[in-house]
Amino acid sequence: MLTVTDLSIARGGIPVLEGLNLTLGAGQAMVLRGPNGIGKTTLLRTIAGLQPPLSGQVEVTPESLVYAGHADGIKPTLTVTENLDFWAQAFGNHDISAAIAAFALGPLAARPAGALSAGQKRRLGLARLLVTGRAIWVLDEPTVSLDMDAVAMFAAAVRSHLAQGGAALIATHIDLGLAEAQVLDVAPYRAKPLDIEDFDGAFL
Amino acid sequence: MIALLTRDIRLAMRAGGGFGLGLSFFLIVVVLVPFGVGPQSALLSKIAPGILWLGALLACLLSLDRIFALDWEDGSLDLLATSPLPMEGIVSVKALAHWLTTGLPLVLVAPVLGVLLNLPEAGFLWLTLSLALGTPALSVIGTFGAALTVGLKRGGLLLSLLVLPLYVPTLIFGAEVARRGAEGFDITTPLLLLAGITCGTIALLPFASAAVLRVNLR
Repeated sequence: MLTVTDLSIARGGIPVLEGLNLTLGAGQAMVLRGPNGIGKTTLLRTIAGLQPPLSGQVEVTPESLVYAGHADGIKPTLTVTENLDFWAQAFGNHDISAAIAAFALGPLAARPAGALSAGQKRRLGLARLLVTGRAIWVLDEPTVSLDMDAVAMFAAAVRSHLAQGGAALIATHIDLGLAEAQVLDVAPYRAKPLDIEDFDGAFL
Repeated sequence: MIALLTRDIRLAMRAGGGFGLGLSFFLIVVVLVPFGVGPQSALLSKIAPGILWLGALLACLLSLDRIFALDWEDGSLDLLATSPLPMEGIVSVKALAHWLTTGLPLVLVAPVLGVLLNLPEAGFLWLTLSLALGTPALSVIGTFGAALTVGLKRGGLLLSLLVLPLYVPTLIFGAEVARRGAEGFDITTPLLLLAGITCGTIALLPFASAAVLRVNLR
């Protein structure tokens, strides 16, 4: 479903990772690890198509990927249901009941998202993944500000997604309890400092 | 697309959405001008088309930085960019939502405010028509400016500086239609030019806005 070949990526014009390969098939999950600043977020954004790679290829089944970054993309003045409805429609779906059930958002459904706690907002952000109906989840630190129960909910959601033939690429520092997930430490792919031949490159 | 449009309109209508901001600014400008100019109804009716156009243009400018800044701050823009909606569609819908929540109310309220400025009777139709034709161009050009400055802290001032020169042709021909209409002259040439500017910007600028937005999201 997702193949990354010899990928080099840059953040702010400075190469951070190089020579990275990974493949992700249906029903597989992969956890990205590595110290802060190594380029996990940049890698995920590159795979999501938000920024171009320096070199190498990202091959992904078209129209199959959904990205969730540090920010949840929640509108504080819309209710939980309205937020989910919008994302479902943007991805061409209509049913949000499964997503509300999976993250126990039922009692909060009519509340404006601005009145939710940080953890509840994150649960809403993760519930968005379920309403998109996309097969490959690309998640950046999905468990920030979640409590133990919510992490378990998230792990269950990922597991049922994998069981339905989906895939997940997750950058995280905590243990999700997903024993079947492969772990990829990106630290060995750290880019060597280059002498800057093409100075203009830093401005692109 | 329709979901994005209804969401943006709903957001603008809810508390803190800035729906009434442009309207109240327009009202304030038009109410204050007669106090500044003095009680000379002949002079007022002469400058009324220009003042109304200028007020509408500045009111339009007020809410431009909200088009993308809020979506950028809460991460929605990243998520929209990775959604099935094409970027050109997103910026077009955003411009349309901005026009529906800012431009259209200005067009509707302008004839009422024209009374305050003693606008000649013949001018009401042409003022409304010129604003209805011109304000979509203001929204589309403004969306381009907002896309250019998305992600900049306090980008509002830079946005105004970038966008105001691009507003000049619309202002010239729009105010010219209203002025000539009020004085009973032939309005064909400025009206056609105004329509041309609006059609041209609607056809071309969404591609430019989408391109700069993609660069700004990197």
